[in-house]
Amino acid sequence: MTNTEIYDKLKSAFGEKIGEWHEQTGTEYMKRMSSYADVADSGYIRDVCLYLRDEPELGFDSLLLLSSLDNGDKTLSVTYHLESREKKQFIALKVTVPENNAVVPSVTDVWSHANWHEREAWDMMGIKFLGHPDMRRILLDEDWIGHPLRKEYKHPDFYRGMKVPY
Amino acid sequence: MFQDLNSFIVDLIGKGDLADILAVVVYAALPLVVILGYALVAILAEMKLSAWLQDRLGPMRTGPWGILQPLADILKLLQKEDTTPTDADKKLFNVAPFIVFIGSYLAFAALPFASIYAGARINTGIFYLIAVSGIVVVGILMAGWGSNNKYALLGSMRSVAQIISYEIPAGLAILSVVMIAGTMDMQTMCKLQQGGIQNWFIFGGPKSLAGFGGNYAWLLTPFMLVSFILYIVASLAETNRVPFDIPEAESELVAGYHTEYSAMKFALFFLAEYANMFAVSAIASVLFFGGWNSPFPGFLDAPWLGVIWFIGKAVTFVLIQIWIRWTLPRLRVDQLMHICWKVMIPFGMATVLVVGTIVTFLAH
Amino acid sequence: MAEVLDRKMQTLPVPVKVVPAEKIEPNRLRTEEMVLNVGPQHPSTHGVLRLEAVLDGELVIDVVPFLGYLHRCFEKHSEAMTYPQVIPYVDRMDYLAPMNGELGYALAVERMMNIELPEKVEYIRVLFNELQRIASHLVAVGTFGMDAGAFTPFLYCFRDREDVLEIFEKTCGARLLYNYIWVGGLSHDLHPDVLGMCRAFVKKSRATHKEVNELLTFNKIFVERAANIGVLPADVAINGGASGPMLRGSGVKWDLRRNDPYSIYDRFEFDIPVGTGMMGTLGDCFDRHWVRMCEWEQSLNIIEQILEKFPQNDKTDVQKAVPKRIKPAAGEIYSRVETARGELGYYIVSKDDIKPWRVKVRSPAFVNLSLLPIISRGYLMADLIVILGSVDIVLGEVDR
Repeated sequence: MTNTEIYDKLKSAFGEKIGEWHEQTGTEYMKRMSSYADVADSGYIRDVCLYLRDEPELGFDSLLLLSSLDNGDKTLSVTYHLESREKKQFIALKVTVPENNAVVPSVTDVWSHANWHEREAWDMMGIKFLGHPDMRRILLDEDWIGHPLRKEYKHPDFYRGMKVPY
Repeated sequence: MFQDLNSFIVDLIGKGDLADILAVVVYAALPLVVILGYALVAILAEMKLSAWLQDRLGPMRTGPWGILQPLADILKLLQKEDTTPTDADKKLFNVAPFIVFIGSYLAFAALPFASIYAGARINTGIFYLIAVSGIVVVGILMAGWGSNNKYALLGSMRSVAQIISYEIPAGLAILSVVMIAGTMDMQTMCKLQQGGIQNWFIFGGPKSLAGFGGNYAWLLTPFMLVSFILYIVASLAETNRVPFDIPEAESELVAGYHTEYSAMKFALFFLAEYANMFAVSAIASVLFFGGWNSPFPGFLDAPWLGVIWFIGKAVTFVLIQIWIRWTLPRLRVDQLMHICWKVMIPFGMATVLVVGTIVTFLAH
Repeated sequence: MAEVLDRKMQTLPVPVKVVPAEKIEPNRLRTEEMVLNVGPQHPSTHGVLRLEAVLDGELVIDVVPFLGYLHRCFEKHSEAMTYPQVIPYVDRMDYLAPMNGELGYALAVERMMNIELPEKVEYIRVLFNELQRIASHLVAVGTFGMDAGAFTPFLYCFRDREDVLEIFEKTCGARLLYNYIWVGGLSHDLHPDVLGMCRAFVKKSRATHKEVNELLTFNKIFVERAANIGVLPADVAINGGASGPMLRGSGVKWDLRRNDPYSIYDRFEFDIPVGTGMMGTLGDCFDRHWVRMCEWEQSLNIIEQILEKFPQNDKTDVQKAVPKRIKPAAGEIYSRVETARGELGYYIVSKDDIKPWRVKVRSPAFVNLSLLPIISRGYLMADLIVILGSVDIVLGEVDR
């Protein structure tokens, strides 16, 4: 199935919880791998992922990447790239949440791969994942303040008594 | 030989207690000279051999071809600062290296270096050697406990378990030889193996032994070979060398029982390890390969040349130990114990049984 | 020890589940378990990784990795630099296989801009990619042997690696961090001596491969140390996102050079080695080591085929297809390559500017390391080091 067909299937299964289809028009590869479906209702991302994994025709057994994105207009996004190895299908999903209330359900129990990626998204972008078993910072220290990958991030002047700007 | 030494000293300073004490001290310190000289060579040999095995050159800058490297190492160790951990048990901590060294050094009392020099004439030589190798265990325990470091304690516990377990297969291997030789005295064993390579115990011993008569070398050699292999493997474990070097392994997180030692005390541990290697190699050469005898009768077998043969054979086995260290990976602690108790001891007991049967039925 | 012996009778060590956060409290001391800190500085050469091992005597109950000691903010940097300026930073992530990383990034941007590359450039890229894969596996195999206590194979492997690094030095001047594969081409043309050096290297390396197999792989002691340790079942691997030798060691035949071909890999014939549990259980440390050894051999085969088919007298400029201004149209791409450690993916978001808006790296070592707690439960402390060695991590890539 091409990813447009998968999008249609998702749309018919979930109705208006699935938003628009953004097709990447640059190259064939981009179109195949990174065209994404907006998941309009962020609370349903886990159900969509479960559906994508467990439906026999779809069988997306592999999460390729879970990444966070700062859209620049006070919203944050989480992008999910999925792959079905046997059926050679790809699809991407994107969930957009407002910056001051960045909460998304966790998909750790769908693919355990998501565990550390979600921790990194929390660490770097400040998106909290509900239901994650171990929501801690992963790359920075536990007592660091701020989420560095946000576009308007300003590093603190002092950290534990050490001057931060080099 | 002690008599010659005694009369020499009496000639120098006149009869009396001082002369006697001096004679005893000099006599007892002779193996120390051997150990120190050998240690210099062995340290260099280890560095160079390991380098050549690994396709590199080893130390090349200190002296031509690096031959002054051991001297540089010893000078470095001598001038280091002697530290003690803060909460360490001072008495245990300070005494431990000496006990470990003494344990290794005591073994030299029973080794026959030549037909005219046999240290203390102990007629239960082998038995004494097995007993004395247990003293090292006490020293290691003291080092591990006295360091106040949980990694050192872990390392020393493992080392103790290993050494004690592997004394049993070593003892069983030695037992087969003792049964053939009929004596436990090391000097007598060497004397029995006189006359050439066919008389060495690895080939079953001389024809005139205990009424064997005939040549039963074909029957005994395989079992003696098994005994020899058992002894060599057990001796690798006794001296904490790879593949049994869990107690000193660097990449196993624990740096071993001598983590907290520096300077002279570390040098003592180091020296004790090399002395131990020499001692077990020397025992292997006496038990199986003829001690101070030359392999061909009449070829370089003057009494003093026996020392050369003895040290040469021991050093050969030391080189083999170094070779093995840089070739094989190391065993895990439970695998080590498994090999000792479930593989080597059954083999050792079977060998003792078979050799004992052969000796009983063939002796007349 | 009884548990250890019993465990050998089972096929899987312990039931696999994600341990909830309450159970992992490394700072709270419990009386019956000991927390051992395998600190950031290691005796084994894996870099700055901290593991807190919760032990019951010698048995590992849980392992909690702490990362971030080598975090150098690659992703934030890449938002401040133009597309070509990102390439040296990409080098420094996986510093043991930088050619693979650079190829992944260059491929991602080329796919966004639909750049067509000259034949010669493609051949050189694949040649260096495979040489780099061999060099990386040499380090992995050597340090894995050192973790198990065998010191000599490490030096034999590095002797071979010297040859590869000399080839790279002849071409682009650098031994470790090359900045060689650019978007749309290469930084330098091939030196005339390089093909001859490659031929000599292939011959020498086959002999070393045989030697290391005899010395290390089939050594009984090494097999005892590595077999039946750190078993990773195939379904846990796929669900957990493992890739590279970690995934193939569990029996899953998945290699991006075959399953999602890029560059000119579809012109070469090579096998995909998978673990078969030949010395123990399927998916143990020995299988992963075996996969790396076989991949070394397969890469030598690919290099031989490249040397045969190389366009010898092609005089095209290697920078012919490099665009004057790299400014992809607005959009996103997820592009992936197979590095020595697994699937390296780049997620690049561009907003029609000369600088990327977001570059996210899916690094294989990061994902493979997340499986470490799962595969090391129930084994002994000494095995933990061996398991960590078999995962083959590079901290530069884990922390970025």
